[in-house]
Amino acid sequence: MKRKHRRLAILLAAGLGLGSAAALTLFAFRDNLVFFVTPSDLATRARAGETVRLGGLVAAGSVAHATIDGQPAVRFRVTDGRSSVNVSYIGVLPDLFREGQGVVTLGSLTPDGSFVASEVLAKHDETYMPKEVVEALKKSGHWQPGNGPPPPAASWNNLPVTKNGG
Amino acid sequence: MLFVVDAVSPTAPPRGARGLHRFANPGRFLRLAGRVLPWVSAIGILLAASGIYWGLFIAPADWQQGDAVRIMYVHVPAAWLASAGYLSLALASAVSLVWRHPLADLAAVEIAPVGAGFTAICLITGSLWGKPMWGAYWVWDARLTSVLVLFFLYLGHIALTRAFDSPERGYRAGAILALVGVVNLPIIKFSVDWWNTLHQPASITLSGAPTMYVGMLWPLLLTALGASFIFAALVLARLSAAVMERRIRALLAARAEAA
Repeated sequence: MKRKHRRLAILLAAGLGLGSAAALTLFAFRDNLVFFVTPSDLATRARAGETVRLGGLVAAGSVAHATIDGQPAVRFRVTDGRSSVNVSYIGVLPDLFREGQGVVTLGSLTPDGSFVASEVLAKHDETYMPKEVVEALKKSGHWQPGNGPPPPAASWNNLPVTKNGG
Repeated sequence: MLFVVDAVSPTAPPRGARGLHRFANPGRFLRLAGRVLPWVSAIGILLAASGIYWGLFIAPADWQQGDAVRIMYVHVPAAWLASAGYLSLALASAVSLVWRHPLADLAAVEIAPVGAGFTAICLITGSLWGKPMWGAYWVWDARLTSVLVLFFLYLGHIALTRAFDSPERGYRAGAILALVGVVNLPIIKFSVDWWNTLHQPASITLSGAPTMYVGMLWPLLLTALGASFIFAALVLARLSAAVMERRIRALLAARAEAA
């Protein structure tokens, strides 16, 4: 075995060892590596009063605005399709907040099962589309943004747009 | 000290110059780099400039993000090249450790600052986008944290290769660091799929249609291609300068010895 072949073999063996060690570590810590928990996991992952991040979609028709002591306040329901949690928040919402949008809220569960948030972040999804495409999808009945994620990309990413299309 | 012999007589090809070792000759590299560098730079600037112009002024705004979506035309190419640059750093390091290739040592040293620069651009533009869109400049989710680790790996490599009196020991230590850091690349790529993150998953995948309107996709791809050429041009220019610097140092050392 030539010396450079031996060095290559050592390098590959070290890489294999390091790779498996990293994979095992990440797998062991998988519960701590998530940025937020979903409504389905909330009951098992957090006790009442414990600060946790809750993430999911803002349920359609669930947003109610109010004003408490001159501060904007809002109540909405966060859902992951299987279960949902009522969230209340006092403060300014990010621009992207809307029904059907993903959000990540920091707060804690109250004993009655609702969630009191001290911070609401909007989560943008991986779709990028101009206004005209959204209007076309709404008009044709293929997508109501309030109800959840958009239809498969192949059905809209090539739609002809008349105004300002690139 | 094979390199010094090469540097003094650049035209003498090493014995059995086959495969990778053909390019071990710094004279050959300098001639090749000098010829392609103007083209690589010109193509890179032209593609990136037209892609940026298309993205900033012609491409449509996003229905939710408005004009903030245009940050993507800088952020995404910078992010891709931050990872791709690290992969090239790791490849150079592997070649340096296994084949003891003198150009690979220099390449690793010269790739790291360029990669760090692209990573910094990615982090800064992402943070500027995050504040108006998410509502936060920074969150510690898996994607953002792993890219910050990538930035620190680049900085660590820059510091480590320069921390030794003997450059060879610096190259060796830097190469080991670079190869250990490769484990971070799949973590960056798949962080958005393996764990819940605030950062969105990839829009452009091998498996499905891009979830991005074509009028936004084309300028992005154009800018990314241009940025890749610019990355290559920066590394080529730095590497040529490093080879020449080494050659001058060898000549000065030889002269000092003769005197």
